[in-house]
Amino acid sequence: MPVTISIPAPLRQFAAGQSQIVVEAKTAGEALDRLTSTHAALRRHLFNDQNALRNFVNVYLNDEDIRHASGPDTPVKDGDTIMIVPSIAGGAVIETEVAQSLPELSNEEIMRYSRHLIMPEVGMQGQRRLKAASVLMIGTGGLGAPVGMYLAAAGVGRIGIVDFDVVEESNLQRQIIHGTKDLGRRKIESARDRLRDINPHIEIETHESRLTSHNAMRLFRNYDIVVDGTDNFPTRYLVNDACVLSGKPNVYGSIFRFEGQASVFWAEKGACYRCLYPEPPPPGLVPSCAEGGVLGVLPGIVGAIQANETIKIILGAEDLLINRLLLFDAWQMKFREFKLRKDPKCPVCGEQPTIKELIDYEEFCGMAAHQTPQPESKLDEISATELNARRLRGDRIQIIDVREPHEFEIARIPGTKLIPLGHVVSRMNEIDSEVETIVHCKGGVRSAKAIEALKRAGFQGRLINLKGGITAWSEDVDPRVAKY
Amino acid sequence: MIRITKDLLDQIREHGVRDYPYECCGLLLGRYGADGKVVTETYAISNAREESAKRNRFLIEPHELMRGERYALEKDLEIVGFYHSHPDSPAVPSQYDLEHAWPTYSYIIVSTAADQAKDLFSWEQEPDRSRFNQEEIQCQ
Repeated sequence: MPVTISIPAPLRQFAAGQSQIVVEAKTAGEALDRLTSTHAALRRHLFNDQNALRNFVNVYLNDEDIRHASGPDTPVKDGDTIMIVPSIAGGAVIETEVAQSLPELSNEEIMRYSRHLIMPEVGMQGQRRLKAASVLMIGTGGLGAPVGMYLAAAGVGRIGIVDFDVVEESNLQRQIIHGTKDLGRRKIESARDRLRDINPHIEIETHESRLTSHNAMRLFRNYDIVVDGTDNFPTRYLVNDACVLSGKPNVYGSIFRFEGQASVFWAEKGACYRCLYPEPPPPGLVPSCAEGGVLGVLPGIVGAIQANETIKIILGAEDLLINRLLLFDAWQMKFREFKLRKDPKCPVCGEQPTIKELIDYEEFCGMAAHQTPQPESKLDEISATELNARRLRGDRIQIIDVREPHEFEIARIPGTKLIPLGHVVSRMNEIDSEVETIVHCKGGVRSAKAIEALKRAGFQGRLINLKGGITAWSEDVDPRVAKY
Repeated sequence: MIRITKDLLDQIREHGVRDYPYECCGLLLGRYGADGKVVTETYAISNAREESAKRNRFLIEPHELMRGERYALEKDLEIVGFYHSHPDSPAVPSQYDLEHAWPTYSYIIVSTAADQAKDLFSWEQEPDRSRFNQEEIQCQ
């Protein structure tokens, strides 16, 4: 569509002296792009270093400010007129402007961030904003590893890390912020050393504690953005509510087996986690990564998305994952996206919120944040050493392994029969009810579930749970059996 | 170079003192000529900033500018620049002024105190936006 752009008098010298220029375009943004590609010298007077319209430059399509329509995407039709009108602002030197209060970059930093600096979307201004920014990471596990490493590398000036765990061997398959040399170390120390090695120009603050309803508000207050890298529902709701109550954006990610989710929950601008999931799932329905497993590279991908969105928030970018839930399936290699909507009835960010301070999230979710859930009814249990003693004595017992076949391949207790948890009821007749039955899994949780399921299905024989599963067997009886 | 009468300069000074301790602002209307700008009229505009920011920020909303532009058009004039005051501070542009300006326009700044106007200078932005250059005022 041919549209006419009126060039304001002071800018005509950058447009070959013309007062009106006709361009072909479908949207107002495209018209300005066309204009400034033919008259390149005009661009810097209309757009800033981030390629956005300067905030004092107003674009009118006929008589309407395009900011009140669809911005640069506002469609234009044949014969429309675009006017460029400045709003005039200025002021005395008294107040140091935001741009001036941003920290300066040293020459070393300029060299380090050169690949950022040469992109107009970041530029000096954006890199200084990164330096001025502060981000709190909850957890330094699978998600926290890439989040921390990329944010540190990008030059985010102050990074806080919250964790209370120690580095274990089974972490290293995905938590690439920690290494073999760090086994047994506190995760915050190991993470701090790694981040310092990546970028000595930034500040790292460690908080060795569990995130709780008592300390969350105090911790969040000192940071601009919170990145959720937790692995359990109570902490996830806690992070969400504390972010809503303190007005901080919550960059969310979660992973399970081959599937990941990511979003930006920012109550001022869109939906929060509770708008999406008002209630936690029933306890025990959704297994944790420790029970269900996770592909090591998956948190790498999801965590990198979280780091990406965090950096975009700091740079003031548009098209954030606000009101958008990104779903990723690593096995099918597919991304899908759902639109989210802010729930006006949301108990924490809605119009009439009922949650005005932090609550007891373990109670709300019916589960502990940091321990494996214990079955409710009392089970008969046996320790690995007792079981071994009974076997050596020649007691008449049978051992049922309820893990998955691929786990059976990794390690097994000799003389056991494999019936995975999902089949244990349908294959109940393969278990001799006349003989005492020891049930085991990796750590004792699934075997307890199997026993409950068998009892509910009417199994008559005596069922005993192996405490600590095959892991305890490896630790206390036979170290040749591999731990995983 | 900008040409303006002593009467008009005094009007700008008076506006600045009247609005002290707040910033005042307005349009400079006239014509672009081969040897610079001529101001024939000033057009006072209300400071649109909220109370707290009025002391060191001013803002002319685009719709007010459009109104000024229409007024200028009726009289066959053009907007050749803007004036504003710096209460209790020098009549030199700030970084903020630089970021919110276009070349060619004249930016007249008057330093004001409670009872009198002090320095008055005119500034023009370098075409590459890097700085302001002081502009000669030819008082007629």
